[in-house]
Amino acid sequence: MTSPLAVQVRQEADGARIVLTGRIDRDGDEAMTGAYTEARTTGSGPITLDFSATDYINSTGIALIVRLLAEARRDGRPVHAHGLTDHYREIFRITRLSDFMTLDDQANVPSTNDGGAQ
Amino acid sequence: MNAFIGPIRRLFGRPTPDPIPAKDAAPPTTVAADQPGVAIEIPESDPLFAFLQSAPGPVDLARLELSSPTLEQLRDAGVALVVPLVTQGELIGTLNLGPRLSEQDYSSDDRRLLGTLAAQAAPAIRVAQLVREQATEAAERERYAQELKIAQLIQQQFLPHELPNLPEWQIAAYYGPARVVGGDFYDFIDLGKGRIAIVVGDVTDKGVPAALVMARTHSILRAEAPRLVAPSAVLARANDLLSAEMPEKMFVTCLYMVLEPATGHVVFANAGHNLPYVRTDDGVIEFRATGMPLGLLPGLTYEEKEAVIGPGDNVLLYSDGIIEAHDPAGDMYGFPRLHDDMASELAGTELLDELLERLHTFTGHGWEQEDDITMVALRRSPGGGMAADPASETPTTERASVGAGPTPAMEVLAEFELPGAYGNERLAVERVAEIVAPLDLPPARFERLKTAVSETAMNAIEYGSQGNPEVPVLIRVDHGPTTLEVRIADAGLGGAVPDPTEAEVPNLDAKLAGLQKARGWGLFLIQQMVDRVEIVRDCEHQTVVLTLDLGGSAE
Repeated sequence: MTSPLAVQVRQEADGARIVLTGRIDRDGDEAMTGAYTEARTTGSGPITLDFSATDYINSTGIALIVRLLAEARRDGRPVHAHGLTDHYREIFRITRLSDFMTLDDQANVPSTNDGGAQ
Repeated sequence: MNAFIGPIRRLFGRPTPDPIPAKDAAPPTTVAADQPGVAIEIPESDPLFAFLQSAPGPVDLARLELSSPTLEQLRDAGVALVVPLVTQGELIGTLNLGPRLSEQDYSSDDRRLLGTLAAQAAPAIRVAQLVREQATEAAERERYAQELKIAQLIQQQFLPHELPNLPEWQIAAYYGPARVVGGDFYDFIDLGKGRIAIVVGDVTDKGVPAALVMARTHSILRAEAPRLVAPSAVLARANDLLSAEMPEKMFVTCLYMVLEPATGHVVFANAGHNLPYVRTDDGVIEFRATGMPLGLLPGLTYEEKEAVIGPGDNVLLYSDGIIEAHDPAGDMYGFPRLHDDMASELAGTELLDELLERLHTFTGHGWEQEDDITMVALRRSPGGGMAADPASETPTTERASVGAGPTPAMEVLAEFELPGAYGNERLAVERVAEIVAPLDLPPARFERLKTAVSETAMNAIEYGSQGNPEVPVLIRVDHGPTTLEVRIADAGLGGAVPDPTEAEVPNLDAKLAGLQKARGWGLFLIQQMVDRVEIVRDCEHQTVVLTLDLGGSAE
């Protein structure tokens, strides 16, 4: 059984990393909103959504990501997605989320523990 | 001089310490001087409230300049002087006086006297008020406890006082009421000619209303069972009678089974109840039959199935209370755990004790039971009974209860129900994933199927069951030479479930621009994740059929 969404926001040299652990669904609304509010204070650099520890995303979770993406675009902050499984990379392509955020190639990106201030 | 003390506020501005709602929690109310018995409330938002709370003494309304609707009401009612009753900084009421009969103003002596009177009266009134509140709350608690006791008495009155004594059969029953008793029941009815009816049921709602419906259902079944015998006929008759008199938003789930102890032959029908588990030599299976709960709509029919409980087979009938128990992390006990628990070699009372012990290990200490738990276990002794008809040696595992029948040459891999509670779509995914795992689907298609099942089950729960755990979602997995089908049927209570075949492509640009809501991805995802989506509708269900072509190219 998956666990409800837990988020951790880390300031990075050039923006913020939001580490999403557990499942992203309707129960994650508050956590996602809080995460972006916190990430907003980190400056104007890109925001990386780290899905390495995410095990389930449903349509209501997609909606939360869309909402976050919309806010980031209004704030002029680019969004990257890191650590998506092949299945969710496909869903990001089908939903066109990948048109508005870059999907990091896992082989070429640092892990969640690399880089950035803790 | 007219003087009245208005009904005084209770615990104003403090949280009520008891879950029993306060009947008279209200802002200070004052009584008009020339209209005794007409109460005028002073809302906390009215500036007059704050003014009176901090006023040093009696207030002459004629000289008061304040934009206050209540002030106008008091003046209109003939009040000339208001004496605030304040204790411990709280305004608990007012002493209202009309004009003096002499038509002269109140003197400074009058005001001093009234101020002293108010200062002494306010604490005494507050004490009296608290005493009255305590007495009211105690009476409420007593009434609530009495209601619980009545519900328990009704419940216990209608549960069997002894179990049937059947040679070659081991029978045990357990009923554990929750603190606020639900409407669980079980019964054994002697039908004559060596047959016995075994019934397990559950009424929605709790307390006295549920107990009364349970009592009525019990009486109907007792009256109709010996006359009609056939399970489908008994449930149809009970449904017609209950539909005519069922309180709104209540219904009864019920599993009704007629057993011939000599042969192990059973005939059963199901009104929306959990499917019994049967442990056989080949593993744990379910006795499947479908039908709507009792009391929702008259004129329903019920599917009837037959099976044989073989020597050594162990049958468990049970209510939701065990399935829907939660551990401290909020996870539900669920069907898979109970299914696995039924692999136990134990039988009768020992089996029930074992199941309860496992449940308590799961829920942890200090668990407050959320719902009634009812279990009936019966086991045919390994060497007992007459030889059964070889054509039906093992319990049937017939299909065709979720929507239309399967495509020819399809095999039913599994069929199950899930309580229609929010979040159970994840349980649906888990079960389907377990069931199709032996097929070794390519990983990408396996993941797509899981997403499609999750979204479809979520719609069935949200719209068909409206989040009500008592209204199940039905799922069946069929496997054929070239296709895999998952059928997800809602229970049809909440009107039409959104149709995935009519899904539109969501407009992400509009959503990002704030012109459309961020939601609205479910139907689109369902359509994209599988090879075909179809809708089958009948009078009871809308069934979404998700089809994957095996060996399909879309990797």
